[in-house]
Amino acid sequence: MAHATLGTRTMDRSTTRLTDQLPDATLIQWLRDMMLIREFENRCAQAYQQAKIGGFCHLYTGQEAVAVGTIAAINHDDPIVHAYRDHGHALARGMDPGVCMAEMFGRSTGCAKGKGGSMHMFDKPNWFFGGHGIVGAQTGLGAGLAFACRYEHEVLGKALENPGVSPGADAKKKVALAFLGDGALNQGVLHEAMNLCGLWGLPCIFIVENNGYSMGTAIHRGTTMADDLTKKADAYGMRGETIEAFDLLDLYNAFKPVADWCREEQKPAFIDMRTYRYLGHSMSDPQKYRTKDEVDSFKSRDSIERLTTHLLTQRKGPDGRPVLNEADVAAMQAELRDVVKHALEFAEQSPLPDPATELYSDVLKNPMPNMSPIRDYTIGAKNPLL
Amino acid sequence: MPLMTLVQAINSALAQEMERDERVVILGEDVGLNGGVFRVTDGLQAKFGPDRVIDTPLAESGIMGTAIGLAMAGMRPIPEIQFEGFLGPAYDQLCNHAARYRSRTRGAVTVPMTVRVPWGGGIHAPELHSDSPETIYVHQPGLKVVCPSTPYDAKGLLLSAIRDPDPVVFFEPKRVYRSFKEEVPEEDYTIPIGQAKVLTEGTDLTLVSWGSMVFQCLEALDTLPDDMSVELIDMRSLYPFDTDAIVQSVEKTGRCVIVHEAPKTCGLGAELATVLQERCFLHLKAPVQRVAGFDVMMPYYKLELDYLPNAQKVAQAVGQCLAY
Ligand SMILES: Cc1ncc(C[n+]2csc(CCOP(=O)(O)OP(=O)(O)O)c2C)c(N)n1
Ligand SMILES: [Mg+2]
Repeated sequence: MAHATLGTRTMDRSTTRLTDQLPDATLIQWLRDMMLIREFENRCAQAYQQAKIGGFCHLYTGQEAVAVGTIAAINHDDPIVHAYRDHGHALARGMDPGVCMAEMFGRSTGCAKGKGGSMHMFDKPNWFFGGHGIVGAQTGLGAGLAFACRYEHEVLGKALENPGVSPGADAKKKVALAFLGDGALNQGVLHEAMNLCGLWGLPCIFIVENNGYSMGTAIHRGTTMADDLTKKADAYGMRGETIEAFDLLDLYNAFKPVADWCREEQKPAFIDMRTYRYLGHSMSDPQKYRTKDEVDSFKSRDSIERLTTHLLTQRKGPDGRPVLNEADVAAMQAELRDVVKHALEFAEQSPLPDPATELYSDVLKNPMPNMSPIRDYTIGAKNPLL
Repeated sequence: MPLMTLVQAINSALAQEMERDERVVILGEDVGLNGGVFRVTDGLQAKFGPDRVIDTPLAESGIMGTAIGLAMAGMRPIPEIQFEGFLGPAYDQLCNHAARYRSRTRGAVTVPMTVRVPWGGGIHAPELHSDSPETIYVHQPGLKVVCPSTPYDAKGLLLSAIRDPDPVVFFEPKRVYRSFKEEVPEEDYTIPIGQAKVLTEGTDLTLVSWGSMVFQCLEALDTLPDDMSVELIDMRSLYPFDTDAIVQSVEKTGRCVIVHEAPKTCGLGAELATVLQERCFLHLKAPVQRVAGFDVMMPYYKLELDYLPNAQKVAQAVGQCLAY
């Protein structure tokens, strides 16, 4: 077993839960977001097998609730930075599925102009600072993004350049989300970043997507105090929480107050988010390190199925009837199949980046004529920018 | 003699040396149970046990530091870094410590470790998984750097590296890992670090390369007219590199083209070209040419082949250099 399940948390049934107060449409939207990610990843796997996607491809299947639930709990102008298993977060944050798919297809319409691929989902208008191929590297950047949040609020008193914010607008209290895998717990940079955030009070929430494995290494073989990672937060004077990510509503209800607290108090937090990846680490993973039974036991707690069941049976509208019925779900699935089909078509029909220009662009803003790649690169393509 | 891929040759060298020398241990991410990301260490944990083939946490700096400590105490550690880009987090330990220990302690404490690193492009992987950062480590005094291109050389060089009294960075061209097999002796043999290999003899031009680019050069030779006589040299060792081999060849041919994957500016080709003009200026009939990567990040796979030097670009450079 990858990680022990938590003791049951007693939920006080008499108090209303945050999600009870949200409009039904919000919960239905969350279901749709999770289903979109699932469908998207299934199609990615197919496209990879058909060699339409190359390089690496790390799928998010099984972990959808984490991206959807946490991103729903913050504001659109709160910055997010992530590791490399990043399609789900990009979609949850609002990246166009076609643009996301085109990046994986290596097409010029992709979010990184088709020059980065699966691990390079960047979306600045959505204040999404993307995927990172060096495990853990993004956690340091998260500290910096959180620093900027405090600086604009407390020092500048006005907002820095920001999506949807007019220049000079009043600064708000913000939080930064830095996602990482459990493998990244063991990288030095995380510990430096956590110390900085604890020491300086930077409103960064480190969300450990604890799926139990770092490639083939089970968490107990990779990190200390694997049963209670919040002890790592203690070491840096930081609030630590363990949250189960199998039920999206539970996740939201547990996470939202932490995010609000971090925003209000301008303090960091560290979340051990218990989740599970259904598929291999990447597309070529013989998965010798776990059993099918283990995978199945987690699949039986599937967050999409749970929320679907909840909306089909428990959550009632004003008319006393469930807010969703089977036909609604089927329609949603059909619609999402279409959305992803269009994303695939968009990717497939988009042009490849033109090597004559794109090979050289975006390295520096103002390349100098005497700078390499220089005019006298006589062999191979010339640099047309110069 | 058995036929082996590069992966198999490295695996056999590791197994053989672990058999011979109890001080040899392997440590890295998923090297044991999973046999490594490229399965280079496959089967070694089953054979030598988890005390000698050690699965580590995801912690390059820690892996490197631990290997250095082991080596300082007299062990022969072989850390594996999964991809060349992940040397980044380990850079401090490797360059600021391993490389400098002999000098710092005036020879009293040394670091005999071999850092195995899959290296280079051509496998459709993105940046940091396809880079060729050899110059960074060549430039660091106190390190040896090798980059074999064939299974035979890999085994012989790896055995030399493990037995070497100093830290060796052992770059393994991923593109060659399973691209072909050749005969590799089962018995123990070493290839000295610092010796290049002449692959084809010639009199008109010297072509110099290493790693997977050697095969682009060989392919280019096939396309050249029969009356062009080209000498192809595989450097194999990047530091110390075989000055005599290239100088002797260029004194004979008077022309040289250097081919490497890494970005051109300050690539190892720049150093080799400088050595040639210092040592055999009066023999040169044309400027030394370089066919190299561009000064850009390795692009995603659709542009990968536009970035990498190939046989056509090499042939073009050879033609230009001969016509100069
Ligand atoms: C510095 C660094 N070391 C190693 C790797 C190779 N690698 C990529 S993902 C991974 C496992 C990461 O596991 P985890 O952080 O738990 O994330 P998950 O895959 O579970 O989402 C490894 C070892 C890397 N990309 N960067
Ligand atoms: Mg993990």
